[in-house]
Amino acid sequence: MTIRHHLSDQLLMAYAAGQLPEAFNLVVATHVSLCDECRARAGSFDAVGGALLEEAEEISMGEDALARALERIEGLPQATRSEPLKPAGIFPAPLADYVGGDLSAVRWRKVGGGVRQAILPTSKDATARLLYIPAGTAVPDHGHRGMELTLVLQGAFADENDRFGRGDIEIADEEMEHTPVALAGQDCICLAATDAPLRFRGLIPRLAQPLLRI
Amino acid sequence: MLDARDAAVTEQALPLPLGSVRFGSRQKKDGLLATTDDTDWADLLVKVRDHQDRAAFAALFRHFAPRVKAFLMKSGAGASLAEECAQDVMATLWQKAHLFDPARASVATWVYTIARNRRIDALRKARRAEPEELDWGPEPEPDQAEVMEAQEETERLGRALAALPAPQRTLIERAFYGELSHSEIAAETGLPLGTIKSRIRLALDKLRHQLG
Ligand SMILES: [Zn+2]
Repeated sequence: MTIRHHLSDQLLMAYAAGQLPEAFNLVVATHVSLCDECRARAGSFDAVGGALLEEAEEISMGEDALARALERIEGLPQATRSEPLKPAGIFPAPLADYVGGDLSAVRWRKVGGGVRQAILPTSKDATARLLYIPAGTAVPDHGHRGMELTLVLQGAFADENDRFGRGDIEIADEEMEHTPVALAGQDCICLAATDAPLRFRGLIPRLAQPLLRI
Repeated sequence: MLDARDAAVTEQALPLPLGSVRFGSRQKKDGLLATTDDTDWADLLVKVRDHQDRAAFAALFRHFAPRVKAFLMKSGAGASLAEECAQDVMATLWQKAHLFDPARASVATWVYTIARNRRIDALRKARRAEPEELDWGPEPEPDQAEVMEAQEETERLGRALAALPAPQRTLIERAFYGELSHSEIAAETGLPLGTIKSRIRLALDKLRHQLG
């Protein structure tokens, strides 16, 4: 698998700083699970946090803090290394965790035109959802404000300029106008996050409508 | 090119906002170099990991707990919440020591990630999705050169941070202390992150190769 569309430095730094809404965190963690390049970049931003922590002024802990900590670890077993959970399906671990399983565990709702979606439970400051777009169908038009991330998990979609396959992430802002279409061959499944709650507009007949935007 | 003395003067001349970098480790105290930063934190954490060494844990606690507390307070936690969370972070360090690999990240970076996650939990009450764990545990005998490189990164980055113009450094601090939303964060840090990325990338390539 060759990933060609990656996370931005801004998103990776915000992720390392712990400043992303939960829905965006999920998309970033899912992409990083599939992408060593972004895993390494995320690690370099974590190191900035490490340097800031190291160089920060100290604020004294309470007098008995160390004694309390030693007492606490006394009864605290150290975890031992276990084999990391490697999901067998198309969802990397962080996503499988939110869904509660793989594809078969998703509770899809029809949104028309053969497209289905499932909203995932996250904090309200942003929305994460899975999208199921039948092969050859346009990605539904849903107005959004702010930033939208779309990560392909299965199949592929393409717009005028580019193709996005498994692992690829598309970063769109509200000005972006394009008409992505799920490519023929395999139904396309994406994980998407939007800044504001999404507002699906009335579904427009697919394919007949050339001017769609995501 | 600045020579060492010029660099020192430049550093001294920079305003030092609360919570900015300290220069203690590079200043002479009573004619002796301060030794705090010479402590091999990775070695201590490996002792915690492999031998449940309580003395090593105590040394790590004395160094990192007050910094974690400061980090959390600057991120908006009150003193007592920050104290409790710092306790939690250090307990997590004990419990999850088996995940620490000194060839992957410095102790400061590792502690930072635990503290950040605890902060998200405590202050934002949100979950944080973590990337899939890789099939790489700490190697029994990691390459010492790799370990040293990973451990020295924090100090090198600290120096690079100190050398940044104050406004740029402040922006980075504000991002990490939660004062900027994700859309306000400027990703251009001016820090030499490429070398760190390359090191981690190489380690990942090596791992993938081993896994075949
Ligand atoms: Zn990537």
